[in-house]
Amino acid sequence: MSSELLIKNGRVIDPANGVDKKCDVLIVDEKIAEVGEKTQDPRLKTQDCKVIDVAGKLVVPGLIDIHVHFREPGDEEEETIASGSTAAVAAGFTSVVCMPNTNPVIENETDVEYIHRKGRQTRKTHVYTMGAITKGLQGVELAEMGFMADAGAVGFTDDGRGVQDPAVMLRALKYAAMFDVVVAQHCQDNSFAGNGVMNAGYYSTILGLPGIDPLAEEAMLWRDIQLIKKIRPGRIRYHAQHISTAGSVELIRAAKRDSLPITCEVTPHHLLFTEECCAEYDTNYKVNPPLRGDKDVEALKQAIAEGLIDALVTDHAPHLQSEKELEFLAAPFGIASLECALGLYVKALIEPGVLDWPGLISLMTEKPAKIIGVDKGTLGVGKQADVTIINPDAEYEIDVNTFRSKSRNCPYHGWKVKGKVEKTIVGGEIRFEA
Amino acid sequence: MALKRKSKQFKWHRKHLLGLRELSVEEITYILDTAKGFEQISTRSVKKAPPLRGKVVVNLFFEDSTRTRNSFALAANRLSADIIEFTKKTSSVSKGETLLDTARNLEAMGIDIVVIRHGAGGSPKFLSRNINACVVNAGDGFCEHPTQGLLDVYTIRKIKGTLEGLKIAIVGDIAHSRVARSDMWAMTKLGAEVIFVGPPTLMPPQVDRLPVKVSYCLDEVIEKVDVINMLRIQFERLGGNPFPSIREYSHYFGLTVERMKRAKPDILVMHPGPINRGLEMESEVADGRNSVILEQVTNGLAVRMAVLFLVNQAAAQGD
Repeated sequence: MSSELLIKNGRVIDPANGVDKKCDVLIVDEKIAEVGEKTQDPRLKTQDCKVIDVAGKLVVPGLIDIHVHFREPGDEEEETIASGSTAAVAAGFTSVVCMPNTNPVIENETDVEYIHRKGRQTRKTHVYTMGAITKGLQGVELAEMGFMADAGAVGFTDDGRGVQDPAVMLRALKYAAMFDVVVAQHCQDNSFAGNGVMNAGYYSTILGLPGIDPLAEEAMLWRDIQLIKKIRPGRIRYHAQHISTAGSVELIRAAKRDSLPITCEVTPHHLLFTEECCAEYDTNYKVNPPLRGDKDVEALKQAIAEGLIDALVTDHAPHLQSEKELEFLAAPFGIASLECALGLYVKALIEPGVLDWPGLISLMTEKPAKIIGVDKGTLGVGKQADVTIINPDAEYEIDVNTFRSKSRNCPYHGWKVKGKVEKTIVGGEIRFEA
Repeated sequence: MALKRKSKQFKWHRKHLLGLRELSVEEITYILDTAKGFEQISTRSVKKAPPLRGKVVVNLFFEDSTRTRNSFALAANRLSADIIEFTKKTSSVSKGETLLDTARNLEAMGIDIVVIRHGAGGSPKFLSRNINACVVNAGDGFCEHPTQGLLDVYTIRKIKGTLEGLKIAIVGDIAHSRVARSDMWAMTKLGAEVIFVGPPTLMPPQVDRLPVKVSYCLDEVIEKVDVINMLRIQFERLGGNPFPSIREYSHYFGLTVERMKRAKPDILVMHPGPINRGLEMESEVADGRNSVILEQVTNGLAVRMAVLFLVNQAAAQGD
């Protein structure tokens, strides 16, 4: 029995194939069978075929978020792979990449397989994981990168912290090159970051909170770029996670000009908020890297417009209400934004004219897929049918009480945004319908 | 006199005192004027007045403190309030009962005013959003210490008449000082010019955006100022090694007898206490004729009585 699904009359945006036109998408047996103006697949006439008319909607490759925290194993009260991927699919994502800073840390092939198994069992999105660069995220000994790569880890990172010792990082980059898997870095030099809880600047000064200097991020990014230069050529791939400062943008610009194998990502909160948001000590704005200044936000938007940024990610970091109901100094870092991500990007990037829809979709599909080296993010014929259908004009109010995620630490509560996900199709199966 | 009349018409409405940054000139002046009225209670043979009778004040102190805690306790006593001492030395990240749970439990016992000292900046504000009792900040991290700022300007005003046009140096670890911040807000609002003095490594980020001047050279500043407030070097707060040695720090930033010779003859020497004698200030200066350090302590009592009185009154009026 073959199953067929015809998505008719939508605006199909498939940046990888240069497609942006009104046409139909035919899915047969979990794969994209045809993308065309008048789908004429002979099988259509002979078989039962489910048809969805999506006139006025966008039909795009399934969205991919390469930076989420689903807290499993260890902190299942905050999020699980089941709750997280249920939230993700409702937000239009068909693939997510979990970060390895769980308890225990994802640092061997058994851990990687555990994440994958939980993802498969939930049957919502594809769930990938990165593995740790160093054992226990301690920055000292390399974790078993080879075994993890063989088990399907799509990258390595000590996310939550940076690899402090330059010699260890050099070793990690060299070693990972054997497996053609990206090494991702949370750029933060602890000697500059200290015990900081927000951006170091005017606001940290008047609020009396220890700051994290932009230099903490920039110094480590600069250092890593020197390491990459040192070990070229090779199959090395480096990815700077959630960059947040104008200085980092400058470093990325120069590195790309030098054609170094470097990519980077940006979160919605670093595009929508500044350090001023911390002025009332609302811990929902406590995030790492911290919210920066106006100039940094402008530089990030400019970088996106120029094509210097390779992926938009949420860094979805769920926390319990009771954990966030603490003094600003003591509360954990993180914002849960997976479920409203698309609307946030529309607000941050499309509404001010930084990107058009194809530009936005590219940064949420094909480009992140390339970073993690998976054959996804396009509507090419023969590809696995991961498709998201979006109503670009529908406005809705973000309400944390409707979140499928277990956590509510979301400063966007009450915002009105545009861009509503109507259907999410994963492997040809409709896994979410609004 | 116009100012005084204005201040009489003014109506206090805050049930919390969280910091001086958010206060208007009128509000600061009103507290100072109110404190003036309370000063004489402490000189009577019966050192007690009834305005807080039947009210419960809790001293919720998460950091070491002797003088501020005692000063608040005495202020509450003189206004006839009952006082509960709650002292818990804890790091802000250690597990255990949360700040909010602690406060809610105290509130469940029927307290009216929480006087809180906590190591985390913003804790009083956080508390004020979550409980019904009045919250008075007795020092939060390196954010503010509003009653210290008030008693400092009170002391200056009492001796100099006004802060308008005065030059005031605040010397030491500005980066980690809540006193420097509260002083800055109060003094500049009342018309003084404030100069932060200390090594660049003890200046906070983007200090240039604050309403102050900055100097790295006490010798240049000492001759020009009408008031000098010497901060305590707080070893527990210093991260890393912001200066090479205590000896070197004292050499450049200590208030010595030698330096005092070049100061204006009527300069006021202040210190929020407790003094590291011989470190930020030589004993002869601390005990010298320009020193108003003990007046500060005395005035602190009147100021804290005024603050407790006013927040309680605002709460009673249901604002």
